[in-house]
Amino acid sequence: MNDAATQDPAMDWTRDWTRDWTQGGDQLLYQHCLACRHVWYFKRGFCPACGQAEPAAAVCIGAGSVQACTQVERAPNDEFRALLPYVIVLVDLDEGFRAMGHGAPGLVIGDRVRCEIRTIAGKPLPYFELAAR
Amino acid sequence: MSYLVGSGLTRFGRHPGRGTLDLMSDAADLALADAGLARGDIDGLLCGYATTQPHLMLATVFAEHYGLHPSYAHAMQLGGATGFGLVMLAHALVGSGLARRVLVVGGENRLTGQSRDSSVQVLAQVGHPVYEVPLGATIPAYYGLLASRYLHDFGSTEADLAELAVLMRKHAVQHEGAQFRSPISVADVLASRSIASPLKLLDCCAIADGGCAVIVSAEPVGAHALRVAAATQHHNAQHVSALASLTDCGAGTCTARALAAAGRSLADVEAAAIYDSFTITLTMLLEEIGLAPRGRAGVLAREGHFSASGAMPLNLHGGLMSYGHCGVAGAMAHLAEMHLQMTGRAGARQASRAGVALLHGDGGVMSSHVSLVLESA
Repeated sequence: MNDAATQDPAMDWTRDWTRDWTQGGDQLLYQHCLACRHVWYFKRGFCPACGQAEPAAAVCIGAGSVQACTQVERAPNDEFRALLPYVIVLVDLDEGFRAMGHGAPGLVIGDRVRCEIRTIAGKPLPYFELAAR
Repeated sequence: MSYLVGSGLTRFGRHPGRGTLDLMSDAADLALADAGLARGDIDGLLCGYATTQPHLMLATVFAEHYGLHPSYAHAMQLGGATGFGLVMLAHALVGSGLARRVLVVGGENRLTGQSRDSSVQVLAQVGHPVYEVPLGATIPAYYGLLASRYLHDFGSTEADLAELAVLMRKHAVQHEGAQFRSPISVADVLASRSIASPLKLLDCCAIADGGCAVIVSAEPVGAHALRVAAATQHHNAQHVSALASLTDCGAGTCTARALAAAGRSLADVEAAAIYDSFTITLTMLLEEIGLAPRGRAGVLAREGHFSASGAMPLNLHGGLMSYGHCGVAGAMAHLAEMHLQMTGRAGARQASRAGVALLHGDGGVMSSHVSLVLESA
């Protein structure tokens, strides 16, 4: 468990957040509210729509559709400069939230994609591959 | 009720050896002189932030440096919306009686005060520190995402976006203070190197050094007073991943509220100053606000609609894309230019009509919005 989670009693313990990609894991987790059914991505100890504490967490299956897509040719630092060019996408996941990730070259808006966690620039990051066009 | 009674704008570009406080001081000197006021007349001080001088208390640092003893001082951080946000706050302070003459000042040596990588990294921090920045995303990438969606939904082309860059450069050619003054064509924009598709180098504003200041007063002192008729804000999610809509950022709602508060409608607006960090920013804002029909901003730009002699003069100093962008003062330059236009002092750039002006700024990635309505006093 990370320090932030152990210090926050409102955090959801139904999932092992150490398996989330943001903590070096191989899963993409999201949260949802058992009271108002709101679904969101950025981890919090409460529902941002209704304020309910103790939100539930779930592992995203990784299926979604591309909403926006850019090929980056100017990187912020040397780690990413070595990967140029790379694709950044916004994907609406079927569970009802939006996530940013790396994408396969050639993805276009509307493409159905599937997510896997890949090591990119030395870190596990969400990577979306074409599933269907 | 408040009045904008003076403005000062430095040349934008390279000012080697000049720091944030120097550039803020230069701009403050110009604004005080323009208003016919002295340091001792100022009782309120508002400033933004500087990435090259990230101090906890920039307003009071500047007050000490410049020799001011304000009864109200405040530094604000709203990204690109800061400049107009400061003017809104000055308007509210003057309206409440807490201050009578407020100096609003921005300045930064963003170009020569740091490396380009450092600047790109600092600015990328408007992205989410856990869910976006670690992906190697940059500000142009966030706007590239929005641009991809815009082109997909509204049938515009990269050449349509390029028209806005060409327009800003055409305007900058007329201003000796602008960072970029060589004319460019749509072909030049399209041939410039890709930064974050569909955005290319000339779709993006560049980093500059510079400063800008204005003075907001309870009375129309001096010879160049304008009335601040209304000011409004609108705030979305901070991060592009969390935006409710990728194609409607609420700019139109924000300007509509400002115009209503001023007792005006869009039809009364005679000149506009709209934030233009990228061609897509300006295109989306113009169309959401209703200054161009959806998908038509580029066509209108090409037809001269936004030129000094056109129906809706826009960013006649050249905007962020060509006058330059040095942070807080970058968006304030739109205001300084509008002040000159509305007081008939813009020389070769002078618009034939500029009695009622609409200004709109955005910060983050279409996250924070501020609208101002100005009227001739």
